[in-house]
Amino acid sequence: MNPNLKRLRRSMMFLNVQKPGLIKDPYIYKPDSIMLDLEDAVAENQKDAARYSLYHALQEIDYRGVERVVRINGLDTPHWQEDIRCCVAGGCDSIRIAKTERAADVHLVEEYVAAAEQEFGRPEGSVLLMAALESTRGVLNALEICESSSRLFGVALSGGDYTKDLQTRITGTGVELAGARQHMVIAARAAGVQCFDTVFTNLDDMEGFVREVEMIKLMGFDGKSLVNPRQIEPTHKVFTPTEKDIIFAEKVVREIDEKKAMGIGVFTVDGKMIDIAFYDGAKRTIDLAKASGVYEGDL
Amino acid sequence: MEVKGTAMAGTLESSDAQVTVEPGTNGIELSVESSVLNQYGRKIRQTVLDTLARLEVANAKVTVVDKGALDCTLKARVEGAVFRSNGITENLPWGGAIK
Amino acid sequence: MINSVGRDIPDKVLQETGKKVFQGAYARHNEVYQKAAPKVRGVVDPKEDKILPSITEALKKCEIKDGMTLSFHHHFREGDYVVNMVMEEVHKMGIKDITICASSMGKAHDPILPMIEDGTVVGIQSSGVRGKIGWAISTGKLKNYAVMRSHGGRVRAIEEGDVHIDIAFIGAPTCDKYGNMRATGGKSDCGVLSYAYVDAQYADRVVAVTDCLVPYPNLPASISQVNVDYVVVVDEIGNPAKIATGAAKPTRDVRRLMMAEYCTQFVINTPYFKDGFSYQTGVGGASIASTISLGKIMKERGIKMGLGLGGIAGPLCQLLEDGLIEKLVDTQDFDLKAIESIKANPNHFEITASEYANPMNKGAYVNQLDFVILASLEVDVNFNCNVVVGSDGMVTGAQGGHPDTSAGAKCTIVIVPLLQGRIPAICTNVTTVTTPGETVDVVITDYGIAINPRRQDLIDIMKDVKLPFKTMEELRDIAYSIAGEPDPVEFGERVVGIIESRDGTVIDVVREIKQFEM
Repeated sequence: MNPNLKRLRRSMMFLNVQKPGLIKDPYIYKPDSIMLDLEDAVAENQKDAARYSLYHALQEIDYRGVERVVRINGLDTPHWQEDIRCCVAGGCDSIRIAKTERAADVHLVEEYVAAAEQEFGRPEGSVLLMAALESTRGVLNALEICESSSRLFGVALSGGDYTKDLQTRITGTGVELAGARQHMVIAARAAGVQCFDTVFTNLDDMEGFVREVEMIKLMGFDGKSLVNPRQIEPTHKVFTPTEKDIIFAEKVVREIDEKKAMGIGVFTVDGKMIDIAFYDGAKRTIDLAKASGVYEGDL
Repeated sequence: MEVKGTAMAGTLESSDAQVTVEPGTNGIELSVESSVLNQYGRKIRQTVLDTLARLEVANAKVTVVDKGALDCTLKARVEGAVFRSNGITENLPWGGAIK
Repeated sequence: MINSVGRDIPDKVLQETGKKVFQGAYARHNEVYQKAAPKVRGVVDPKEDKILPSITEALKKCEIKDGMTLSFHHHFREGDYVVNMVMEEVHKMGIKDITICASSMGKAHDPILPMIEDGTVVGIQSSGVRGKIGWAISTGKLKNYAVMRSHGGRVRAIEEGDVHIDIAFIGAPTCDKYGNMRATGGKSDCGVLSYAYVDAQYADRVVAVTDCLVPYPNLPASISQVNVDYVVVVDEIGNPAKIATGAAKPTRDVRRLMMAEYCTQFVINTPYFKDGFSYQTGVGGASIASTISLGKIMKERGIKMGLGLGGIAGPLCQLLEDGLIEKLVDTQDFDLKAIESIKANPNHFEITASEYANPMNKGAYVNQLDFVILASLEVDVNFNCNVVVGSDGMVTGAQGGHPDTSAGAKCTIVIVPLLQGRIPAICTNVTTVTTPGETVDVVITDYGIAINPRRQDLIDIMKDVKLPFKTMEELRDIAYSIAGEPDPVEFGERVVGIIESRDGTVIDVVREIKQFEM
């Protein structure tokens, strides 16, 4: 299994490949993943130029362990095949498929990715995939998309295009995205993959941004797509377990491990009874804390 | 490769470089303007020449207006201009002539 | 001769100027000297009217001659009209071979260029030169060496007699008929007249130039009538919009905020961060962001700043207002809030440039600093700073109080992004040394923090602090690995400028720019 499959992805920051000033050292902002964009950010007549920039950026810039995801052009354009050759040859970690509507879209991309891995001497399976759901059809097909490939690590909601397809707009209240968000999280969890929320574009409303991140975390999302480095720290803060969370999680894990070893099936933490279902969540909290670099315990 | 027509890649934004190639007959005629000429003029020249050599371009007039681009960006812009001058946008030699 | 920061100062320069080479930031400690003194014209007759109808009249009355040294202050910053106004009249009178001794010069003084080219002006002594004057110096158009000094160094040079000012022109926001000048209450307020004080005391003739004549006596006076020969009233001495800019704001750029946070975290982990500490900061976005976040921590921990010093901008004034600073001590005001503060707040005080930073008086305020937060164009692996010569070899910045505060503060922190565009700010050797590495303690970049190996005490204290510490060599290597190792800027042979250390010795020279050839 590709070790990157389940990596920490609290923040996925979009970067325009055609802006050399931005792509030269984005790791400094410490996002979990960077999304190098060949699609919407690049003008139609610059699609070719963007590829050369992407190739050399991937080959020559040290991203210090930050995941490099490339958003290729849609399957309805003439660009996506060369995009795949370029980013697989360049050494990208993952590819984001725009406007995914059905499992077949993923399979098509997978076919070309596998061919490119062979052509350019990369180990089979080294390039992961993620699917962006940007339409009603895509959202409805979330489950089949999530289950479509062992390379697929997750799905992301693209709220702007989706709400247009829904014939409404982004309101800031979240009501127009509620259905899609719920549906995607449910599908992702059922399939065992990650789920990411859409971008928040109003950079002047940091309070509104943080509220949205808090909400989607409670809904079960793994992370969020970001458009500006300013959004990274607040996102990590929301997604990183607090000291209180960690202490509780440690108690749960220790209590259940101890009692199970003694053959006892009744567990108590802080004077309250908990059941065995708490265990997985507690472990996840500790793993998340470790991945976020805040865990100092010994579990 | 030959340079078959005039083509350009890149912008004049900070950290970018604008590279224009035109057909030539007298080897590589390179002119470089740069906001960091004193410190990186020679490196810029070398990078451009090396990239052209990898693409096997022997004759061309090349103009570079550089705004502090890193090597990776310079290479990308030279390749962009050269391939555009040939009208080539796919089946590119990633990892081969493009390195 | 090679000085103690490893720079080779041509013997020719030393012979022609009589200056010595730099031998260390504290080499002249305890040295005793005789102060210089001006010639003074006694005004005994009470009927004398000091008010003259024009600058030309003032120049005549002051007996302007070829070869004189004229002085100016830069409290009006890029909004200054005084230098250009005076020099235009000097030029019209056909006077030549003038040396301008200004506390600093900027792009506002571009009109001086033709006067350099035609020999009206043959010497420039300033903290910094920008724009066309910088270009003129770098391209060898100025006849004599340009001498660049820090704020403290300028005062020392005047008080020790290295520089003799024939006529000082002091732009005064308000002035009375007998020469008492204040920096507030007029239409071109600049808050303080700190840099001009030494000119008033040591120049042979002193002319106040004001656009706001006020009733006598104009007290409390920053500059006293007893040092002033003449008063000239003009329409405008400066452009208020450029004298005091809008409020200096903290940065929103994530990279700079990161460096600001590193700075704050470093400061609070030193033993100097305790109740009553003294602090100075610049007006860069990162410095201001750091000051603001420091203010929050001061509030949380009940720690007050005893002394806030320096060029003052809004954010420090806000801390004063909030009761987090006991006393604000001011040598220059950068924004409107600072000017309002010195007018209204009884704990906001004006001091002279000598009190601020002169190394050769009996102890300047900079010596009492715990922290100073500075910027720099370049810093090398020996912690030497360059704040004057740009990456293209052009003279483009100013020493300001950089070497003074650096020498005086217990903890000198320089915040600088690792790369400025493609140019590494952290390099093996700075293009020109303006502040010696022995006085610089910490360098903070977006890629990490370096502590000067001379400060083992700070290194020990920071052992368990979670900040990204690296060596300067590591930072330089990272910079070079991203941008490529730069070629050193090539210069011509001719020396066009002298970087004078605050103690009067030569720390480096600036040579003529050379056209780049591939």
